[in-house]
Amino acid sequence: MPHEPITTLPLTVAVLLSVGRHPVTGRARRADQDARGLELALSMAAARIELVHAGPFDDACEVSMRGYLGMSAGHAGSGADSVTLVDQPSQADVVPALCRTLSESLAPQLVIAGERAEQGEGSGMLPYQLSESLGWPLVGGIVAVEGVEEGVATLLQALPRGQRRRLSVRLPVIVMVNATAMAPRQSAFGPARRGTLAVVEQPAVHDAAQDEWRVQPARKRPKRLKIVKATSARERFKAAAAKSDGGGGQIMKDVSPDEAAAAIHKLLKEEDVLR
Amino acid sequence: MTIPRRDPRRERIARNRCHPEHDVVLTEQEHDGASAAEWTGPNGLRRRDPRQVGFIGPNGIKRIDRSGAQQSATLGTRATRTTAAAATKRHVEIESPAFMVAVVPDMAGGRLSSHDRDLLGLARQLADADGNSPGAVLAIVMGPHKESQWGDAGVDRLMAFEDSAFDGYSPEARLAALEAVEREMAPRYWLLPDASTGGADLGRRLAARLGERPATGVWSIEPTSGTSTGWQCTARGGAGSLDIQRPLARIVLAVEECAEPVDETRHAARPLALSQPLPRLLGRIDDQGRVPVDPAGIALAEAEFILSAGNGVKDWEGFHHAARVLGATEGASRVVVDDGFMARDRQVGATGTWVTARVYVAVGISGAIQHLQGIQRCDKVVAINKDPDCDMIKRADLSVIGDAGDILSALVARVEQEREEQRDAA
Ligand SMILES: Cc1cc2nc3c(=O)[nH]c(=O)nc-3n(C[C@H](O)[C@H](O)[C@H](O)COP(=O)(O)OP(=O)(O)OC[C@H]3O[C@@H](n4cnc5c(N)ncnc54)[C@H](O)[C@@H]3O)c2cc1C
Repeated sequence: MPHEPITTLPLTVAVLLSVGRHPVTGRARRADQDARGLELALSMAAARIELVHAGPFDDACEVSMRGYLGMSAGHAGSGADSVTLVDQPSQADVVPALCRTLSESLAPQLVIAGERAEQGEGSGMLPYQLSESLGWPLVGGIVAVEGVEEGVATLLQALPRGQRRRLSVRLPVIVMVNATAMAPRQSAFGPARRGTLAVVEQPAVHDAAQDEWRVQPARKRPKRLKIVKATSARERFKAAAAKSDGGGGQIMKDVSPDEAAAAIHKLLKEEDVLR
Repeated sequence: MTIPRRDPRRERIARNRCHPEHDVVLTEQEHDGASAAEWTGPNGLRRRDPRQVGFIGPNGIKRIDRSGAQQSATLGTRATRTTAAAATKRHVEIESPAFMVAVVPDMAGGRLSSHDRDLLGLARQLADADGNSPGAVLAIVMGPHKESQWGDAGVDRLMAFEDSAFDGYSPEARLAALEAVEREMAPRYWLLPDASTGGADLGRRLAARLGERPATGVWSIEPTSGTSTGWQCTARGGAGSLDIQRPLARIVLAVEECAEPVDETRHAARPLALSQPLPRLLGRIDDQGRVPVDPAGIALAEAEFILSAGNGVKDWEGFHHAARVLGATEGASRVVVDDGFMARDRQVGATGTWVTARVYVAVGISGAIQHLQGIQRCDKVVAINKDPDCDMIKRADLSVIGDAGDILSALVARVEQEREEQRDAA
C-alpha cells in the first residue's frame, strides 16, 4: 500500500473546567488539574479548543474562568479565549447538562477532564458518568497526547512509581489528565480580561442525595496505633523495644559471587522489576 | 478411686538439696508429671523450690524468665517452648453466607498490599456485623498473583480469573469481569481501594456502569440506625478539605487505613468460579506497552526498584553501571552522601527520603537504625554485605555475604548475558 500523506482532520478538543480552591487560603482559582488539561490541549497543534464549565455563574466562577482564559495568550484563534458556561444552580447534577452540551452543540472528538474537583464532593465520577452516557471510552492518568491519526489517538499514561505507558484509543474519547502532566503556564491578565464567557442554558437536575449529607471541614485523621496483642509481659516488652528482628530472611554464606548473583537475579525476576 | 500413695522418703530427699540423691529424685518426679520446682507437700500444700527456677545465663548468672516460656527449665532438662502465637488463630468457615461483600484488591506487585488488607478488614466489619446471618467476603483477583495468605487476610471466597485479557491496561476487560460477578452473585457491597494503582479507576467505572453513586474517599464506617443500609461512612471530599458524613453506598472506594486489617481469625478462602466463562469483548483501548523511562529521573520516594550504595561500595563506576543495567533508581546511605560520592537527594533514611520501593537492594550498607527507618515500607530487601552479623541482614529477605563489587559485577554479567540470549532468540 503506497503511503498517503496523513490528512489531519480539524480536531475539536473540549476541556472541562471547574472552579478550583486554593488549598491554603480557600479562595477560588483555576483548578490545578483542569489547568493542566488546558495546557495539554494548548500543546496539541492545529486543534480547535472548546472550554466548558457547568455550574452557577457567580463571582467565584468568573474569577476562576478568567484564570483559564488568561492562558490563551498566543492562541487567540483556537477558541481558548472563550468559555461556554452552562448555567446551573449550585447543588445541581451537572452531568446531564454537560452531556447534552457536548453531544449536541460542541461535538468534540477529544474531551479532557481532571481527575478530581477541588470543591464539593470531589468524587471524580463526572468523567466516568459522561463516558457511560455518551458511550465514549475513557482513559485516566494521561500526561501527553502524542498524536491523533486517522481517528486514533496515541496517549501517554502515567503509572504509579514514575512509569509510563503508551495507549492508542479510537476517537471520540474522554481523557483525564494526571497530576504529573506538564505544569500549566501562568495566567496573563490581558487575555483573562479580554476572554469571553458565553452563557448557555440547560435544564437543571437537582442532586437530592446531597441533602442528607453532613459536610464539615476535614478533621485530622486519627493516627493508627500500633496495637500489640501480647499475652505476657515479656512479649509486650519485646514489642515495645522491637528492633526489627530477622523475620526469617534467607542468608547465603560462603558462596561464590556467581551463586550469590544467581540468587539475587532470581529474586529480581520473581518480583518482575527487571525490564 | 485410687488412693494417692506418698513416699515420705522421696519427699524428704526432694526437699533436701544436700542429699546425694536429690537430683535423681527430682528428675524422677518430673517424669511422673510433677515439675521439680513445684510439688505437693506432705500437707497437700503446693511447695516451690525457688532454686530450681530459672536457668544459668551465658555469663554464669542465674536468670529467671517469668514469661512462662521457660518455666520448667531445670538444670538438666531442656525447656519445652510453647509456640502459641501461630496456633491460636481462630478458624472461621462460613458455609452458607447470607450475602456477599465483594472486594477487588489492587494486588500491586502480585500481592495484597497493606491498603488491600485494610480494605479486607473493612469488608469483614460489614460481613460480620450480624452474628446470626454472617456474610462472606469475596475477593476477586484478575490476572496472575503470588499471594498465598488469603485466609489470614480475611477472605472467605476467592475468585481468581486467569486470563491474558487482564494483562497490561485492560479496564474494559476488568469491568466486564466485575459485571459478570454482579450478574451472578449480586454482592451486597463492592469494596475497592481508592488508589491510583487501579482501584480508583475500576471502582468508578463499575459505579458508572451499574448506575450507582459510590462513596469515595471513605476512611471510616460506623453502624447507625438512621440509614437504610444500617451503616454510615465518613469520606474525604473537596480535594481532602472536607469530611462528608453520608449513608454508606453500595460501592465503596476506601482510602488507606480505613479499617484494621484482619488479625485474629483465619478464613477458608475457598475457591469460587463463575458458572459461565467471561465473554470475549472488543476493546477500544489498546495497550502499546511500557515506555522506557530513565530510572535516574524517578523521584526516590516513588521508585519501584532501588539499588542503594553504602560505605562498602568501593568501585563507583561499577555501581553506576550496575544501576543502569538493572534499570534501578540509585539510592545511598548518609555516609556515602556526606563523603560526596552521591547527591544529597539520593540519601535514604531518617534524614533523607523514606522510600517505598518494592525491591530494595542494599549494597554495603550496615543497616544503622536511621537508615532502616527509611526503608520500613519496602517489600523485599536484598542485602549484599561482607559482615554476616550486621543489622541490614536482620532486616533483609535475602542476604548474600561477600564482596559487593564482585557480586554486583557477576549480577551485571548475568543480566547482560540473559538479554543477549533473548535478543538472539528473537
Ligand atoms: C542524626 C542522624 C541521622 C542520620 N540519618 C541517616 C539517614 O537518613 N540515612 C542514613 O543512611 N544514615 C543516617 N545516619 C547515619 C547512620 O547512623 C550510619 O552512620 C550510616 O547509615 C552508615 O552508613 P553505611 O551503612 O553506608 O556505612 P557503614 O556503617 O560504614 O557500613 C558499611 C557496610 O559495608 C560493608 N562492607 C564494607 N566493605 C564491603 C565490601 N567490599 N563488600 C560488601 N560489603 C562491604 C561493611 O560490612 C558494613 O556493613 C544518621 C546518623 C545520625 C546521627
